[in-house]
Formats: sequence, C-alpha cells, structure tokens
Amino acid sequence: MKVSTKWLNEYVPVIDLDRSVLAEKIARTAVEVDDDYRLDEGLKKVVVGHVLSMEPHPDSDHLNICQVDVGEAEPYQIVCGAPNINSNMNVIVALPNSWIGNHTKIKKSKMRGIVSMGMICSLQELGFSDSVVPKKYADGIYILPSDAVPGQTIFSYLGMDENIIDIDITPNRADLLSMRGVANEIGAIYNHNVKLPHPVISETTEDEINNYLTKVSAPANLAPTYMMRIIKDVKIKESPLWLQARLWNAGIRPLNNVVDVTNYILLDYGQPLHSFDYNKMGSKQIIVRLANEGEELVTLDGEKRLLKDTDIVVTNGDKPVALAGVMGGLNTEIDSNSTLIALESAVFNPSKIRKTSRRENLHSEASMRFERGINVATVGEALDAAAQMIAELGDGQVVANAIKVNEISTNDRIVEITTTKINATLGTNLTENVIKDIFERLGFGVQLESGTFKVAVPVRRWDIEVAADLIEEVARLYGYDNLPTTLPTGPTTPGHYTDKQRLIRQTCALMESAGLSQAISYGLTTKAKAQRFTLEKAKTTELDFPMSTEHTTVRMNLVSGLLDDIAYNAAHKNNDVALYEQGRVFFRDDQNDRPREVEHLAGAITGLFNQATWHDSKTVVDFYLTKGIVDYLFKELGLENVKYVATNAHEEMHPGRTADIYIGGELVGFIGEVHPNILKEYHLGKTYVFELDLQKLIDMDKKEQIYQPISKYPKVTRDIAMAVDKSISNAAIIDCIKQNGGKYLTDVTLFDVYEGEHVAKSVKSLAYKLIFNNPEATLKDAEVTEAFNEVVEELKKKFKIAIR
Amino acid sequence: MDLREKLEEIKQKSLKNIQKAQDPNTINDIRVELLGKKGAITEVLRGMRDLTPEERPKVGSFANSIRDELNQAISKRNEMLEIDRTAKKLEKETIDVTLPGVPVNAGQPHILMQVIDKIEKLFLGMGYEIVDGPEVEEDHYNFEMLNLPKDHPARDMQDTFYITQQILMRTQTSPVQARTMEVHDFSKGPLKMISPGKVYRRDTDDATHSHQFHQVEGLVIDKHITMADLKGTLELVAKTLFGKEREIRMRPSYFPFTEPSAEVDVSCFKCGGEGCAVCKQSGWIEVLGAGMVHPNVLKMAGIDADIYGGFAFGLGPDRFAMLKYGVDDIREFYLNDIRFLRQFSQKG
Repeated sequence: MKVSTKWLNEYVPVIDLDRSVLAEKIARTAVEVDDDYRLDEGLKKVVVGHVLSMEPHPDSDHLNICQVDVGEAEPYQIVCGAPNINSNMNVIVALPNSWIGNHTKIKKSKMRGIVSMGMICSLQELGFSDSVVPKKYADGIYILPSDAVPGQTIFSYLGMDENIIDIDITPNRADLLSMRGVANEIGAIYNHNVKLPHPVISETTEDEINNYLTKVSAPANLAPTYMMRIIKDVKIKESPLWLQARLWNAGIRPLNNVVDVTNYILLDYGQPLHSFDYNKMGSKQIIVRLANEGEELVTLDGEKRLLKDTDIVVTNGDKPVALAGVMGGLNTEIDSNSTLIALESAVFNPSKIRKTSRRENLHSEASMRFERGINVATVGEALDAAAQMIAELGDGQVVANAIKVNEISTNDRIVEITTTKINATLGTNLTENVIKDIFERLGFGVQLESGTFKVAVPVRRWDIEVAADLIEEVARLYGYDNLPTTLPTGPTTPGHYTDKQRLIRQTCALMESAGLSQAISYGLTTKAKAQRFTLEKAKTTELDFPMSTEHTTVRMNLVSGLLDDIAYNAAHKNNDVALYEQGRVFFRDDQNDRPREVEHLAGAITGLFNQATWHDSKTVVDFYLTKGIVDYLFKELGLENVKYVATNAHEEMHPGRTADIYIGGELVGFIGEVHPNILKEYHLGKTYVFELDLQKLIDMDKKEQIYQPISKYPKVTRDIAMAVDKSISNAAIIDCIKQNGGKYLTDVTLFDVYEGEHVAKSVKSLAYKLIFNNPEATLKDAEVTEAFNEVVEELKKKFKIAIR
Repeated sequence: MDLREKLEEIKQKSLKNIQKAQDPNTINDIRVELLGKKGAITEVLRGMRDLTPEERPKVGSFANSIRDELNQAISKRNEMLEIDRTAKKLEKETIDVTLPGVPVNAGQPHILMQVIDKIEKLFLGMGYEIVDGPEVEEDHYNFEMLNLPKDHPARDMQDTFYITQQILMRTQTSPVQARTMEVHDFSKGPLKMISPGKVYRRDTDDATHSHQFHQVEGLVIDKHITMADLKGTLELVAKTLFGKEREIRMRPSYFPFTEPSAEVDVSCFKCGGEGCAVCKQSGWIEVLGAGMVHPNVLKMAGIDADIYGGFAFGLGPDRFAMLKYGVDDIREFYLNDIRFLRQFSQKG
C-alpha cells in the first residue's frame, strides 16, 4: 500500500515529520516499509505551459513548433512531436536545464534546425509508470486543466510534491490497506488524535431506489452484508486532477469520475465498491448467488471466465453481471454514455473469494481486501461517501435510500488480559498505566477490574481476537527494542544427538576423510530418475502440480542426483569428481499417500581420484578404489560379516562390475560401475557408485570394542602364490585359507593378482601373505609349516590350484 | 737423546700426523704405528729396562701420559672427521624444500551442513535436542496445527507443492514443532528443540529463489518463557554465526503460529552498521523470523496454554551462508560444482 503523506496528514498530523523517521517508526512498530520516496525527487524546473500557437515543422511530418507561455515575458519556442498537442492547451514543460525522470537533463537544443527551449512532457517522461498513466494520455503528452497557471511548478498540480511511504502489509494487518486504517495506526504510534471526516449525503427526494430495484437478495453465507445505492443523471468525464493524483500516487490508473471514486473510496476506507451501468443490467433485480457450473462471464479485463459452482456471482436475476468481490462484468461496464449508476458495497465470503481469485489467477485490489478482511463498520459509510462524491463529480443526484440486505454485527469485541500475563510473556515489568495508555492510543476501550483489562476492540481491528494479540499490541507499541534480553531459565536439559543423528554425522565425516566431498542434490527429480538405482520396489510419489519437468517426483535413490551433479561438473570441465550424499529417499506403498522416508548414503566417483604429481603417479578411479571406501566405512562403523556378491540384476549398472552388499546376511546396498547406457545419457566417462541403506547400517549390531593384548612373541609370515581358474573368487580362497589355517593364523592378505602373459588364459595368478602368531609362545617353525601345508592341501583339493 | 726426548719427539711428530689425517684409516694406521704391539711408543718403553730403578717409574708415567694424550688426540680427530663426514653426507642429501608437498585429498562437508553444524552445536550446548521430521508432510502438521486453516490468506506466503490434497512437500520445518509438542511429556521437563532440514516451495529457481532450501526451526516450551528470553537466545545465534560484535533488533511481523511475531535483523557484519551494499545501506540485515508460540498452536497440540508458553524461531542456513560468504546465487548450493564445494575447507 502506497501511503500518501498529504492525504494521511488530513487525518492525523504527520507532515512535519521527517520522512525517514516516519518510515522507520512504521517499520519498527507496525509493518515493513518497502520504500519511501517522492515522485519529484531529482526533478527540477518543470512548469505549467500554455500553448499559445502551433505550426508544423518545415522539415518534419510529425513535429510541431509551439510558442508556449511559461509565465515569462516572452513565450518559449518548443518543438514537440506529441500527436495530441494543440494550441490553447496547458501542458507540462521541462525548461532548459531542467531535470526530468530517469535522471535526464533537458537542454536548449535544435531539432532539425529549429531551436527548442526545452521539452513538452508526457507523464512517463516525468517518471510515471505506464500502469498509472490515464489511457487517454498513454501515447502523448498530458493535458492540464484550463485553470492551471503558466510558469507555476508542475509538481503540486500532479501531486508529486509529497512523500509516499510504501508499506508491505502482513496478512493479519489488512486494516492498513486503507488510509483510515493507516491514520489510526500512526495516531497510536505517535499518540496523536485522529480526525476522520464522515460523509453527509444529500439525496433527491423525488426519486426512490425502489423505483429501480424491486428485488435485491444475497444469502448471508455468501454476502454477510450487501448494500446498494443508485445515482442518476451522472455525466461521465475525467476526474479532477487532485483525485487523479491521489490514485496514481497509490498506483491506480485513473479512468473516469465514477470508477475513480470507487477506487478512491477503496483506498480511503479499504472498502471495495463496484459500479454497474444500471441501464445495461436488463432487469430490476440484483441476485447474489453461487454460479452454475459452466456458466460464463466476460470480466472487465476482456477475459471470458468459465465459472464453477464455488464462485459467487452478482446477477440480474438471470445472468451474471459480476464475479462478486473479484471483478465486474464487461456487460455492465461504466462507459462514456452511462448516466445511471448502481453502486454496490458489500462484504463477501473470504474463502470463496480466495478460491475464485486463486483459480482464475485474478488478484484485484478488491479480492485482496475481501480475502484478508475489511472493516465491516464502514460498509454503509463508504457507500454513502462514494455515492455523494459521484453525484458531486458527475453533476448527478443520489436517489433516496439505500438497499441493505443482511446485517453484520459491528460491536466491539471484548478481549481480556491481565498485567501479569503481559509481563510474564514479554519478560517486562510494565505498570497498569503504561499498558492502559497503549490500549487507549490504539483507540481501544479499556476497563480495568482487579488486575484484568477488559479491552473493547473496535471491528476495524478484526485481527485482534485473543489475549496474545493484545500482548503483541503492547509489545510493539512499547517497542521491541525496549524488551530486556535474557536467556531461558528453568530445569536444565541435556543436549545431545540421538544415536542415529550421531552415526549419520560420523558417516559424513568418514566419507570426507576418505576423500569424498559432500553434495546436496535436489530431492525432487524426474520420474525416470527417481525410479533408477533403487534398493526397494516401491511406488513413486509425484507432485500434483509441478513447477518444472525436471522436478516432478520425490527421489527414491541418491545416485541419480549425484550423477546430475557429476554431469554438471563434467559440463564445466571438472572431470575428476568424488562426491557423496547423505539424505532421505522416499518409498511409497499402495496403502499410503505418504511415503516412508529412509536415510541413505551414496557415493559417485569419476576420473582421477588422485592427480599425478611430481611425487606420485595418478590414481584412476575403479571398482576396487570405490570398494575400499565402502570397506573403510564399514570397518570404522564396526560392521562385520560384509559380503560382496556379484550381481547383474541392476539395470542401471554394469552387469559384470556390480556387487550387492550384504552385512550379516542382510542386503544393505550395492556398489559398481554405472551402465554405459546411463553414462552415455549423462555424457560421462566411467563412473563408480554405491548406494547404501544407512538406516540399516545404523540399526545393525556393531562390533564390541575390546582390548586385544598385543602379542609379545614374533609373528611368522608365509607367502603362497598359486595359479587358479579365473572363476574362483578371492573370497572363496580367503575363506578356505581361514578355515584351514589353524588357530595361530591371524591374518590373510592378497598381495598380487596377475593375468596375462606367462599364465594360461583360463587361469589367474594370486599371491597371499599368511600371518601366524601365538600370543603365548614363540611359534615353532614346524607348527607353522604344518598349518601352512594344511592350507595348501585344502586349496589344491578344493580349487585345484597349482602352486607357483 | 734420552727416552724422554724420544717420547717427546714421537709425540710432536704424531700430533702433527694426527692433525693431518683425513680419514679414519689413516688415523688407525697412526694409532697402530704408535700404540700397537710394535708401535713406536711400545718400542721406546722397551728401552726402560736400561733405566735405573729410580728413573723407571718416572719415565713410565711420562710415557703413559703421552700415550693418553695421543689417544685423546686420535679420538678427538676421529670425532672431528665424523662430524665432517656427516656434514658432507647431509649436504649431498639436500632437497628443494620449495617443491610442493604431497596433497592430502580429504573431502569437504557441504557449506550448508557446516552452517547447520554450527547452529546445532550452539543449541546442543544450551540443552536443546535435535528433532528430525518428515519432508513429505501432512497438510495437518504443515499448516493446520500451526494455526493455518485451509483458505487462510497467510497460506499465500508459501506456495506449496502438493502431492494430494492432504499430503505435501513441507514448506517449513515448523511442522516438526507441532509433531514434537504433541508427544512431549512435560512432566519430564521443558521442551527445547531445534529441527534442521530441507524444505520445498513452489518457486521458479533463479539466483535468489530455490524450490528447495534449508531451515532450522527452534522451539522452547516451558512454564516461564518470555519474549526477552527469545531476544537473548537470538542474540546468541547472531553472535555465534556472524561474530561477537553483532547486535540484533526485532521488528513486528506476522506468522500465524506465533503472537507476538517478529522479524529479526542482525547488524551488518560487513560494514558494522554504517551502511553498505550488503545491507542495502540500512546497517541491518534481515536474518530470521521468530515469536511467542500462539496459544491456538499450544491448544491444538494438547498443551495448557494458561500454564505453558514459549518461543519459536526459524532461520535459513542458505540465506546465512549467502550473506556470510557472499554467495550470490542460491543455485550454487545444489549444483555441487566441485570448485564451489572445495572452497569452504577452512575449519573452526
């Protein structure tokens, strides 16, 4: 809401206040201030000019040479290209060396050889927005009233010589969507008296509204109150300049004297009004009802609206003539021939208005106010004020009486609050007098009975319903700055992470120490990407009305997001990327609309894991490097009995380079190389990924950490190198060694794998180091040999190995 | 020349030779030559038997002293040569210390997680618990339990991704408040919690808008919680995240689930309040929303609003990180460009 301070000053004295101080006061006490400004800021030497004469420019088909009286002894010669210029009109003149809008300086110049002493201006050239310039002057210069005095500064004529404060209203403070509401607020902030004028209506006694309207009806659930007046013999014309200026200063485009008055009253009272051309109504009835499904109405903006049975419409008993509270119908629009005006002032059901305006994406000044609430105490007063003003500005007459359907209570609301409660909530020690004073400044009635305030809140502050609302009024007017600063006291509580939270955070730290950086990808993705790389069969969870095709479905895996990230990196020439993500995936079943949320962990690595340096050679990412990271995680989390089982069951993964991961027999995730088809889709080179159900890892039993005495006796190592059929897995061999290595075998490690030259094609060469140790005595060579031979024999028997 | 003179002569000559010797072998040769079984001194001492019994011990002890002296000279020379040798050896081993070190390739926590971590640690220290809640939420908890019935105009403040009429992507972390209040057992003490997490809004992504961002909700419910407590708590947040010198100020605002409500500004950390581009010349930066929990919200959660009350606040790690590190495009947080992620490696 753009608040005119001159207008405001008519109700409450503010004009002597420093503008920035006033804006600051509002921002700190009431609502946010978006901007405070003057329209004439930076403008200089722009005056009223009277075009004395005009002749065409000899070298131009559209320029005119005008002689303009600017209040000086001699007229100024100004060249003007506006199509609507004519002699004997008053215009806006930017004198030589003046400043107009957009930081533009106007100098004496020559236009096609003819001297021009300045410029005749349009409103846009003074900095007006296109959206507020009257249509008539949209493509030309603005024409001032005939009584404008040449030479006088233009700013006061156009209402530019005042401060405008643009306030940003929170949904609860719709009372500030009116000048009167703002005046009351300013009065409270500054403790100034507010003087609001009230209309005196003069009706003709010769004519009566019942002559025009025989039936007006509106169900109370749709229109808690509905009023109408008729103004006759109205002449449609341009509004006086002061009125136009009030509208454009508030961001509203002037149209004609009738519509302008309804907008003016809207700004003044916050009461939306609608004016119908009575002669176009086609009946003597006004029936407010719900629309029939499929009924049509062309609104004032020219749009054909297909109505639903939740829309409130105003009808002539047959057809809709307005989408109630949102926008009028084109069929009853006021035009230059209108003489008989039916003026509506009403309150409409806010949730219905909201539904309609949201569906139709039609957010008007009226619908916004009906949605958020209006001052029900001034529905009739606003109607009277508007009717009287239309009659005055249109040389017409207000027909006797108003029609009023449905009565709405305008009684004060009594809300009780105690001083104790206020102080207990705010942490203050305010006295009863201080509190009473604040309520009185707000214009609330106050009765104090044994510590309890009975506060009578007028309906113009409909946001105040409960005691807490009164506490806020006290707090903000007392000043948030004046509240003390303390910390909560009371029983101490332990603050700690839950086991799950701690393990999640530790997992992240482990990933980082393993060399992976944390990514946070989008939780919403495409349906296709959501369904890939999943660990569980589940239904998708999709948005009803997505904003973009890229984000329609809640993710069911983390790998897809990481591949998006890696693709983004690749597109920016970052070819070596190691990322992990910890977050939720969402699995839904048939019975529920809401999915189960499961904590997952995933990694994706591509390119080089380590760059070649002068010191070391490069490390290219591969399956085993990735597996090492996962192994490290399991080890650090104390997870044992990990098994990697080769699988070709994941469609998105390389069928020969992927393993499902089991811990203690339970499937917890997978690891492997992404399928070349997917990599191609993302334009990526070889990429290795893993996805783990972190919740399962968290829930699993962890290894007990118990001190293992460090052996005082030396360990003995034996190496074994063997040739074995390629189909035999390392895991099988290790199992076999461990089972047969005897009680002193403490560790087995694979230290060489070889395939190729010097070994048969079907065979690989493997070398293991076996470590033996007896914690209680020095091992004898014979003991070790015996155990070692046992292993060799068993390997030969089981896997037909050849010792190399 | 008597024995003494001979010994003296051997000594002088040998000392010279020892000093001249450049390697341990030469010194060893000298030692053998002098002190070995067939060495010069041994030889001289053999002549002792020609001396008178009175002379013998005198010459004997003289000879011994010379032998000791020479032994000492030898080991001293040996030490010196050793030092020399080591020095030479080490000199040969000299490396270019300006060659780069071998990089340690640790990964980085995401900057938003670093911000959240800081907030978590602050509140854990003050005895808050950390509560997680669902990202796919019910309208009931996301709105209705927070005093935002259907068709409430304040719902316009947050454009929502609905899944069904009742299920939505949470637009705020506040529903975790409602869920926690519903189950908290106040006989076991006050409720003090924060809830960090992802939230979603129906927004078109651009430099300042993202359909996904993060929030940290905070809530304290007890018997004697005041707005002054809220102010003190938020001041601590501001000082922890933006620096010790920061101040806060509160302005009236509106959230359906708090009353009174406040928008909270922190004094500009860039200019200290003088006015600069970061704070748009105001000296203050809006960083979070807060207020005293609305009695309707307490009642809906089954809490006696006459006995209990409290405060709630919500802050945005994305906004914090943008302000603090000068990130000018919110999308950077979710594109995961490795050059972006690696920038924020400084700990502490």
